[in-house]
Amino acid sequence: MSTTTDALMAYDDVLAAFDPALGLEVHVELNTASKMFCGCPATFGGEPNAGTCPTCLGLPGAMPVVNGKAVESAIRIGLALNCDIAEWCRFARKNYFYPDMPKNFQTSQYDEPIAFDGYMDVTVPVEGGGDEVFRVEIERAHMEEDTGKSLHVGGATGRIHGADYSLVDYNRAGIPLIEIVTRPILGAGERAPEVAKAYVSQLRELIVALGVSEARMDQGNLRADVNLSLAPKGSGVLGTRTETKNVNSFRSVERAVRYEMQRHAVILSDGGSILQETRHWHEDTGITTSGREKSDAEDYRYFPEPDLVPVAPSREWVEELRGTLPENPTVRRARLQAEWGFSDMEMRDTIGAGALGLVIETIAEGAAPQAARKWWLGELARRSNEDGVDLVDLPITPADVARIQALVDDKTVNDKLARQVFEGVLAGEGTPDEVVASRGLAVVSDDGALGAAVDNAIAANPDVADKIREGKVAAAGALIGAVMKEMRGQADAGRVRELILEKLA
Amino acid sequence: MSDVTRRTAAALAADLAAGTVTSVELTEAHLDRIAAVDTDVHAFLHVDREGALADAAESDARRARGEARGVLDGVPIAVKDVLATRGLPTTCGSKILEGWVPPYDATVVTRLREAGLPILGKTNMDEFAMGSSTEHSAYGPTHNPWDLDRIPGGSGGGSAAAVAAFEAPLAIGTDTGGSIRQPGAVTGTVGVKPTYGGVSRYGLVALANSLDQAGPVTRTVLDAAMLHDVIGGHDPRDSTSIQQEWPSFTEAATVGATGDMTGVKVGVITELAGDGWQPGVMARFQDSIDLLVQAGAEVVEVSCPSFVHALAAYYLILPAEASSNLAKFDAMRYGLRVTPEGSPSAEDVMRATRDAGFGDEVKRRIILGTYALSSGYYEAYYGQAQKIRTLISRDFDAAFGRVDVLVSPTAPTTAFKLGEKLDDPIAMYLNDLATIPANLAGVPGISVPNGLADEDGLPSGLQVLAPALADDRVYRVGAALEALHEKEWGGPLLQKAPALEGATR
Repeated sequence: MSTTTDALMAYDDVLAAFDPALGLEVHVELNTASKMFCGCPATFGGEPNAGTCPTCLGLPGAMPVVNGKAVESAIRIGLALNCDIAEWCRFARKNYFYPDMPKNFQTSQYDEPIAFDGYMDVTVPVEGGGDEVFRVEIERAHMEEDTGKSLHVGGATGRIHGADYSLVDYNRAGIPLIEIVTRPILGAGERAPEVAKAYVSQLRELIVALGVSEARMDQGNLRADVNLSLAPKGSGVLGTRTETKNVNSFRSVERAVRYEMQRHAVILSDGGSILQETRHWHEDTGITTSGREKSDAEDYRYFPEPDLVPVAPSREWVEELRGTLPENPTVRRARLQAEWGFSDMEMRDTIGAGALGLVIETIAEGAAPQAARKWWLGELARRSNEDGVDLVDLPITPADVARIQALVDDKTVNDKLARQVFEGVLAGEGTPDEVVASRGLAVVSDDGALGAAVDNAIAANPDVADKIREGKVAAAGALIGAVMKEMRGQADAGRVRELILEKLA
Repeated sequence: MSDVTRRTAAALAADLAAGTVTSVELTEAHLDRIAAVDTDVHAFLHVDREGALADAAESDARRARGEARGVLDGVPIAVKDVLATRGLPTTCGSKILEGWVPPYDATVVTRLREAGLPILGKTNMDEFAMGSSTEHSAYGPTHNPWDLDRIPGGSGGGSAAAVAAFEAPLAIGTDTGGSIRQPGAVTGTVGVKPTYGGVSRYGLVALANSLDQAGPVTRTVLDAAMLHDVIGGHDPRDSTSIQQEWPSFTEAATVGATGDMTGVKVGVITELAGDGWQPGVMARFQDSIDLLVQAGAEVVEVSCPSFVHALAAYYLILPAEASSNLAKFDAMRYGLRVTPEGSPSAEDVMRATRDAGFGDEVKRRIILGTYALSSGYYEAYYGQAQKIRTLISRDFDAAFGRVDVLVSPTAPTTAFKLGEKLDDPIAMYLNDLATIPANLAGVPGISVPNGLADEDGLPSGLQVLAPALADDRVYRVGAALEALHEKEWGGPLLQKAPALEGATR
């Protein structure tokens, strides 16, 4: 941020003069087996354009059919966000040109979303203990389809400018998306950036609990757009907003809100006015830059999609789906804390670090609760701080963490070696087992190898050996340390101790 | 002229079943007829001699094994170029799709193939089905076999002319505002617009999705019914496709052919007559009403007051939907690409391609539709048009509360001269005055040959409309009227058409 700091207002000064209004639009890519409007697989990646058909390629004559499973996921998300579910709603065409969009209109929902008028209570931990709860009102959650993806070849930047040609992969075109839109969040004041982060984080936790999406921000399953405006303090009005698109981590959501507050404040204090526009977030420099100007006059020429019959979920079905919702988050946390035997502090730290979902998944993969917590809040939290990425975006899965703990439990590695296994996995060297094998990390408990090392240690430390012979068993620690050093930490410490005592008995 | 080309599809089916003719023989006879007369008529944009003969040979082989797939197995057919055909060019009469060969079949085409009908080729049409004369085809107009200086109707003039010129015993058309029925009327053929959703639209390149409907173009009502039985029924790929069991239309036409109209209540639509209606057309219409009364029908006048607004509503809804549908023709993936000099942007290429690839009528409607959907005008135009649509449906509901079917002349005039109305779009639009209400309401309709107008000796048509889902009624009444007429004419009206052979222009 160093290059632009002079163009920003100090955060405290922003708060003294302005009230922020925050709005968030989160896109969630559903994990349905097939796409929103055709039978193609809803898995992005693979051979380009292999997962396409006339419908998702937008070929002349092809027609969409709504994916019932996606509607089910949309309803469950809506219910979990305390929304009303429409008794009757339609899809609309949003007409605009976009190079990745094969029909040049997006099939979306406009004035008739499947879910509307909900809320989510967002818990923001307060420093020194306790929580503050903000109610974020949900305006709507609607269904739409994803676009394809362009690859610009030949340019220096990978952008279309200067490229020799562009390739388009439509495998992602038509993957179901749910867009969740909040009402302006007023009154968060100085905590606006934290509230934004906590909202997205808790929303992700909810999506994971519902099982409707992989919800990985680093892979674009969950994408957040940040709307922000400032108004003169106490005026009670809404200022002109900017929309920062595709912010791709929890941390960035918080930084983007803070940055835009500081940027708006300078402009407004100088008597300028904010341009209503979309902005791009730059993860590396922590700044936003202007995208395209977006006035309210932008005309998508929406009209009801004539190729699709209306969606009219029966009330019975909606109630049936309500029965499949995960339990209330507050109740659930209390239950988990009791089950896991965590102290209040341990539980709060876990939630505060955004690790609750990860710990749950790690336990589900077979790790003991305390072990799961220890790794995520210890070794991995340290790495996430160092690398400046969210825990959830670290290149390691809960299943990996559980496996490493299993290797500790069966004494294949000790705690110290386990840290090296983590390093290897995070460095992309493979699965925990592969790292153990390739780095040769397994603990040695073979008496032959250990015995030789013990003999060496005794020979090198005659004074210590004498003390032990005299019954000062506590002195064995120094010899164990020597053996460990020789064995590069890969000795079974318990067995080493036994051997020392046997030999000096 | 080979006698075989003058027989009805029902008669050909019987011949095939009796073994007096092979599919190869009759397919070849039609291909020869096309070769002989189509330079004059120009009903076809693409003739698939090899493919049709190969299909015919397979059909003969099946029949020899006793495995004929249905009554029409082996009877050749022509398909309007707006339906996607795998491996066969599909251009929609537009330069922008010149040379495009779809990788898939429309459901209607799939059903024709499954039923064993060899496809002779693709028939000419107004570009993207916009027009009432087939003069808007980018590949030149089709000529009316009754008088080669006159239009064959539109947009399905190619299909109607192919059947009227004995180039094909059967054809598929599509009807958005009358494009099956109006060409039927001016060429002396039978055209059916099924209930909206009765025949799949999957693979039909959309003009206006909420209005389009594919249907049969034939020489007799029975032939149309037999073809409808082949192509109709639910298709899971078209979400607007109706999920219900349909009665046998062949049976309905057979029952109707007795000519008995006892107990049938027929309503004459008062709004579809009067000033601007050709006296000879009205005279034939009155003759037919008298025939129906003599056959036992009860005839009453019925007013549908909203019909006077139908044309206005249609010319807002159609361009609105069309403007969105045609957005996909952007020179990026298939069809024409025009690259301007210099280093053009994607938008430049798109602009140049659309300028060269779309004809004037298409451009006119894209602009109209874009305007009608734009914010600020949406309610005034598109919204109002949808309200009129509702009123027209109510008019139909009220009318069908009193009578079983409604009748009117199919078109206000007989075929006009090529070029006569080309520079006057409004005059052209008026041709669909009588047919449009059925598309707006989704109800089925048939046009049956109704005799020659005294002034010009050209064919006129009578339209029978029934409530949605009651397609069997249009076949029953249509077949009755046809039977009553044929007694008078000594056979189908088309037998009076010029022979054409040798009539080179």
